[in-house]
Amino acid sequence: MKTKDVTSVSDCFKSLKERRECALIPFITAGDPDLETTAKALRVLANNGADLIELGVPYSDPLADGPTIQAAATRALQRGVRLEDVLQVVTEVREEISSSIILFSYYNPIYHRGIESFLKQIKAAGVQGLVIPDLPLEEAEIVLKPATEIGIEVTLLVAPTSPIERIKAIATKSQGFIYLVSVTGVTGMRSQVATRVEELISSLRTTTDKPIGVGFGISSPEQAKQVKDWGADAVIVGSAFVKRLADVTPEEGLKAIGEFCHSLKQAILQ
Amino acid sequence: MTTAPFSPNQSFTQLPDALGRFGFYGGKYVPETLMPALKELETAYAAYKDDPDFQQELQLLLKDYVGRPSPLYFAERLTQRYARPDGSGAQIYLKREDLNHTGAHKINNALAQALLAIRMGKKRIIAETGAGQHGVATATVCARFGLECIIYMGVQDMERQKLNVFRMRLLGAKVEPVTAGTGTLKDATSEAIRDWVTNVETTHYILGSVAGPHPYPMIVRDFHGVIGAETRRQCQEKWGALPDILIACVGGGSNAMGLFYEFVGESSVRLIGVEAAGESIESGKHAATLTHGRPGVLHGAMSYLLQDTEGQVVEAHSISAGLDYPGVGPEHSYLKDSGRAEYYSVTDKEAVDALCRVSQLEGIIPALETAHAFAYLETLCPQLEGSPHIVINCSGRGDKDVHTVAKYLGNNEL
Repeated sequence: MKTKDVTSVSDCFKSLKERRECALIPFITAGDPDLETTAKALRVLANNGADLIELGVPYSDPLADGPTIQAAATRALQRGVRLEDVLQVVTEVREEISSSIILFSYYNPIYHRGIESFLKQIKAAGVQGLVIPDLPLEEAEIVLKPATEIGIEVTLLVAPTSPIERIKAIATKSQGFIYLVSVTGVTGMRSQVATRVEELISSLRTTTDKPIGVGFGISSPEQAKQVKDWGADAVIVGSAFVKRLADVTPEEGLKAIGEFCHSLKQAILQ
Repeated sequence: MTTAPFSPNQSFTQLPDALGRFGFYGGKYVPETLMPALKELETAYAAYKDDPDFQQELQLLLKDYVGRPSPLYFAERLTQRYARPDGSGAQIYLKREDLNHTGAHKINNALAQALLAIRMGKKRIIAETGAGQHGVATATVCARFGLECIIYMGVQDMERQKLNVFRMRLLGAKVEPVTAGTGTLKDATSEAIRDWVTNVETTHYILGSVAGPHPYPMIVRDFHGVIGAETRRQCQEKWGALPDILIACVGGGSNAMGLFYEFVGESSVRLIGVEAAGESIESGKHAATLTHGRPGVLHGAMSYLLQDTEGQVVEAHSISAGLDYPGVGPEHSYLKDSGRAEYYSVTDKEAVDALCRVSQLEGIIPALETAHAFAYLETLCPQLEGSPHIVINCSGRGDKDVHTVAKYLGNNEL
């Protein structure tokens, strides 16, 4: 399949760096409220400043997610959304949007399908990156190696609780960028971003040249700008998008996420 | 029964390895935020497990507070039921964990983990519970040591186990209802893990089974290892030899591992785990993870798992809230694949029948979980030759289940 100038996650960050621009990465749960809206949402996000898009594959036991994304995943599963359907949506929009797509999936569905066939399948659908929230460094090698061969970048997570030696090891292995979890906690909107994030970004800076994306708990343009000012290369916003899509009709939701996405990107362009 | 492709003794007793693996199973599949806490727990456990002060305090409490050692009781009338006309047949003994303080084996682990938490400087305790026995045990030790206690429990289990919900609250614990999924043990465990991810710096999670990420399967097994160690001694005293067959029910598998672990290196001892077949295997409404699941990852460990064709975890079904879990401890998966232990399943009906039978033959009302182990005697005993010594882990008492059983039997006046 030939796609519209879609670059790898790394290359995407490279060109952002050349433009001295902080990336915006919105997250949405695939299949909520329905797959048709997900396809539209991907286009809306891409047209409103999303440099990369994180697409959540619904899972029955999302341990790292707070109530908003849990509920979205449950609704999608109740509608019978399967991985094939999610990838079908990616393939459908792939030619129309230039944002790189990062799949966010828990480990069991990947393991169950067979790691290599999963990676090949998502690659064929037009996915560039992968985040597996319940696969820490110790267990990640089994995915990292085939992913490198197949051409999917697997991004590892660093948490506020990770000690510095561990941060170094994770930074070395992480592909595309490093996903810095900004809170000791699960995904979801918080009124404030912990000031500790600033420290974490600077200590990561001393250990790696790789881009740093900050996520979990960021829900407003002000917070996004704050995180960018602290030195993040990317701001990841999830629950705030999922909630905007979930609360209203699909049309209203799409309008709301478009405006919200635009406002976030404007905030970090300043 | 195939024989184990391992040399006896060492290969089984020296696991898990440094990565928390039992062969292919186990490991740590958790969000990064928890990895340092698991390491901290591993370090603390390594430091204290052989520490004389820790052991002295634990042993004294196990004796005077829990009431250990629990008796090994000869079930005479149950033995008679399975006797052949010539009087030979299985000699059935019960390891009376139901006589422990709080009425089940769960207190062995809850008590020891609380002592660990205190030494780690953590004063806030969380736990998940299904049948409520682990919740009650945790609430009990938290009361005993003045620790803050939050118990996550599925709403369906709260309904099934009202008595235990009340007991926990009476003991000063906060019971947090979990509505996600079907409101059972799986969902309660997920919610407890989310709490731990959020409050990891102040909180210790007293996980109640030999499941979860490393080092939990090892720690919980070791803290219940007292069951098997006492059993070995008591068998020596009573008949001067090892038991021939051990039987225990398996949900997550803590009471079974507690009994089995002492004997995994003794190849003459048959190890039998009994799972919940729920309404029936064919109906799909069961909790027979080892006998009908496939390997996968749930709650931090690679192990057998009930899942659909997409790798989504499916809901388990059992009349017994404590066995109503789609996962199982990773060491059981290893014992199954290696052929060292055998696993079978019995239905809700067989379990309820066994509960009634044991009540009437022995004057002991076992928990519904435990009744699954007793139910398997009906299949096993006719297959046996001679008069082997069987030890059943009588893991809990059934007071908490009388409403459920009455409802099942359609006799509300019971």
